[in-house]
Amino acid sequence: MSDRFETHEHDVLIIGAGGAGLRAAIEALGQGASVGVVCKSLLGKAHTVMAEGGIAAAMANVDAADDWRTHFRDTMRGGKMLNNWRMAQLHAQEAPDRVGELEQWGALFDRTDKGQILQRAFGGHTYKRLCHVGDRTGLEMIRTLQDRGVQMGFDVYMECTVTRLLKDGDRVAGAFAYWREHGRFAVFKAKSMVIATGGIGKAWPITSNSWEYTGDGMAVAYEAGAELMDMEFVQFHPTGMVWPPGVQGILVTEAVRGEGGILRNKAGERFMERYDPQRMELSTRDVVARAIYTEVREGRGTEHGGAYLDISHKPAEYVKRKLPSMYHQFLELADVDITKRPMEVGPTCHYMMGGIRVDAETAQSSLPGLFVAGEAAAGLHGANRLGGNSLSDLLVFGRRAGLAAAKHANSVRASAIDSAQIDAAEHDALAPFQQKDGESPYAIHRDLQASMQKLVGIFRNKEDLERSLGEIDKLKLRMKRMSVEGSRLYNPGWHLALDLRSMMTVSEAVALSALAREESRGAHSRIDFPNLDPAWGGRNNVIQREGDAMRLRQEKVLEMPSDLKQLLAEGK
Amino acid sequence: MAEAVLQIFRGDSKGGAAKECHVPLAPGMVVLDALHYVQAHQLPDLAVRWNCKAGKCGSCSAEVNGHPRLTCKTRMDALPLDKPITIFPMKSFPVIKDLVTDVSWNFRVNKKIPPFQPRAGAEWKFDQKDVDRVQEFRKCIECFLCQNVCHVLRDHGKKEEFGGPRFFVRVAGLEMHPMDGASRAALLRKELGIGLCNITKCCTEVCPEEIHITDNAIIPLKERVVDEFYDPLLMLVRKIRGAK
Repeated sequence: MSDRFETHEHDVLIIGAGGAGLRAAIEALGQGASVGVVCKSLLGKAHTVMAEGGIAAAMANVDAADDWRTHFRDTMRGGKMLNNWRMAQLHAQEAPDRVGELEQWGALFDRTDKGQILQRAFGGHTYKRLCHVGDRTGLEMIRTLQDRGVQMGFDVYMECTVTRLLKDGDRVAGAFAYWREHGRFAVFKAKSMVIATGGIGKAWPITSNSWEYTGDGMAVAYEAGAELMDMEFVQFHPTGMVWPPGVQGILVTEAVRGEGGILRNKAGERFMERYDPQRMELSTRDVVARAIYTEVREGRGTEHGGAYLDISHKPAEYVKRKLPSMYHQFLELADVDITKRPMEVGPTCHYMMGGIRVDAETAQSSLPGLFVAGEAAAGLHGANRLGGNSLSDLLVFGRRAGLAAAKHANSVRASAIDSAQIDAAEHDALAPFQQKDGESPYAIHRDLQASMQKLVGIFRNKEDLERSLGEIDKLKLRMKRMSVEGSRLYNPGWHLALDLRSMMTVSEAVALSALAREESRGAHSRIDFPNLDPAWGGRNNVIQREGDAMRLRQEKVLEMPSDLKQLLAEGK
Repeated sequence: MAEAVLQIFRGDSKGGAAKECHVPLAPGMVVLDALHYVQAHQLPDLAVRWNCKAGKCGSCSAEVNGHPRLTCKTRMDALPLDKPITIFPMKSFPVIKDLVTDVSWNFRVNKKIPPFQPRAGAEWKFDQKDVDRVQEFRKCIECFLCQNVCHVLRDHGKKEEFGGPRFFVRVAGLEMHPMDGASRAALLRKELGIGLCNITKCCTEVCPEEIHITDNAIIPLKERVVDEFYDPLLMLVRKIRGAK
């Protein structure tokens, strides 16, 4: 023990305690590994808690015709075929078992008349597929996993943020972190690590994401040499709250549409008829988000710049039972009773399809011993994620990452971490305190968000994207002159200053990838290249660090075996 | 533009005092918005816990004008703005800094509770009506406001002897789960000290999830403890059998 930092050692270190991290921890514990879980917030507060609509799994409890093949096909088509096909296959095949497991661990889903897990309709899913608990499915999932993990005995390091991965040659060997509470440092040594840190939404001002979502996992992995992939694909969820200002961006679950909610513009027109007459409100998120955005831009938006979403034609008791948190959210925050009046909704930055490039079977990144699961990983969702496929992703690949991490830990010797890396990490973490009278991190964050919203939003073009890269360069310079006030004791200004570095890295990766992809596909819409380009359909953008520069290259999309190709050709 | 005056607690484990801050009002603004404004413009190191800002994670608990609330769900326009709004940390937990308190005791209590134990051989089929009452308990977002107002903890400081309403809700969720086969009556009676609760319903009043903590969780659990430990017939049977 040093007086500069404390040291902890585990076979497997998991960074992030949402659904993916907790599921990984449970699996690694089951393999007999000693497991540490580091998380930015208190246990049980991770972003998974906010997931509302449900877990997609082809259990066929409601629609008997459903099976993994249809789920696989829906996922690939929703992702505009850019998905890693093997991940999509494993996900569709394994999700039902993972949901069943949750139930065995005590989760209580809503029931069918026959006493099975009830499933609801969702955008892009052919059948009723989402296992749910009203509109608080994520809470049920995280509590179930949390309780199981605690009982199995992992060590949790709460309110502790990782700022750098530590290496032993090419291998990852640990992580450097600070405690939010007192600002002291910790060094974690581990044979394997799982990154399960979620997404990057806090780089945009209108977002459903919490303060934690600053892309830390992707940024530290990138710094350590791992590859990022598909970073241009940022999902704007079609329905966030738009009024009043303080709630702008807060999620309105897709379950509203799954339960029969209708979208209308100012004139009362059901405008989805013009954008996707077959699937209407249950089209994929990229399509619905663009539709709402277009309605507003062309002057058909609501008073506060959104669309109307109406569920008031359903019986009030039904709405309150199936969408209880939406009912309370609108009543308490917006003075709207959704059983009587429509909601006002508009797109909100919600989810990152891209992330750290991983192997489908083991969830291992390009760095040996570094595994990734959940939103921080790329591949499963391709160019656009279907609602409900995130919670199932966390379970399927959380388990796979935990399993592979434990096996890897068994097969390697403990590594050594040289003190120079720790010194450098400590120096970087304390740098914002060294500047006096510099700029506030809050101001830099606000300007980054404004730039990303304006230049790297739903519709993009070359000029805007080039400008956004210029803006990021300027913001990076401003960050060098940034200073924080106060002490290291629970200091959010300091924490934001460190989070900003991650946000700059991932923002640059998004803009760079978006600039390169000269076509429109899924969530990536280029005004200057409005169509799908088959050539780009065969390529993923991959990003890696080269010295201090961010390098982008293209890699061929994995070739699908012929039986799966055949499967995709079938069906409507 | 109209503004609000806030008196925000600033301090740490050694003590502190309220600091006055002025915040411009916006339509629909909640107390957490005001705190974020203060962080961005006046006190960058103001310590506040929050995550979802939508009443789903239970992180941003504080005492607003003396009332325990989630600051993300407390509208500024619902508060009297002609006098300063006081924002203080939860009183029942030690202050770390400003509005952030040390709630780790709750996580220690939670560890004592035996997990869900499915009954062997039972079929995994049950109806919505079987889960309705348990789903109520599982709505808990662990904001710990119930723990904060419970007088057994707040006024009498019995953290060593008493689990608090949050964990009675958690135990109720396990005990009334249609597939659970374990009994936690002994735990309730001894480690969690349920007998200390004299059902004043303070916890129920502050629950942002509107869980009927006292009526639906604590009272049925008290009955369970009585049935198991104080049923005269059972006591007689135990005596005859020589069991404890």
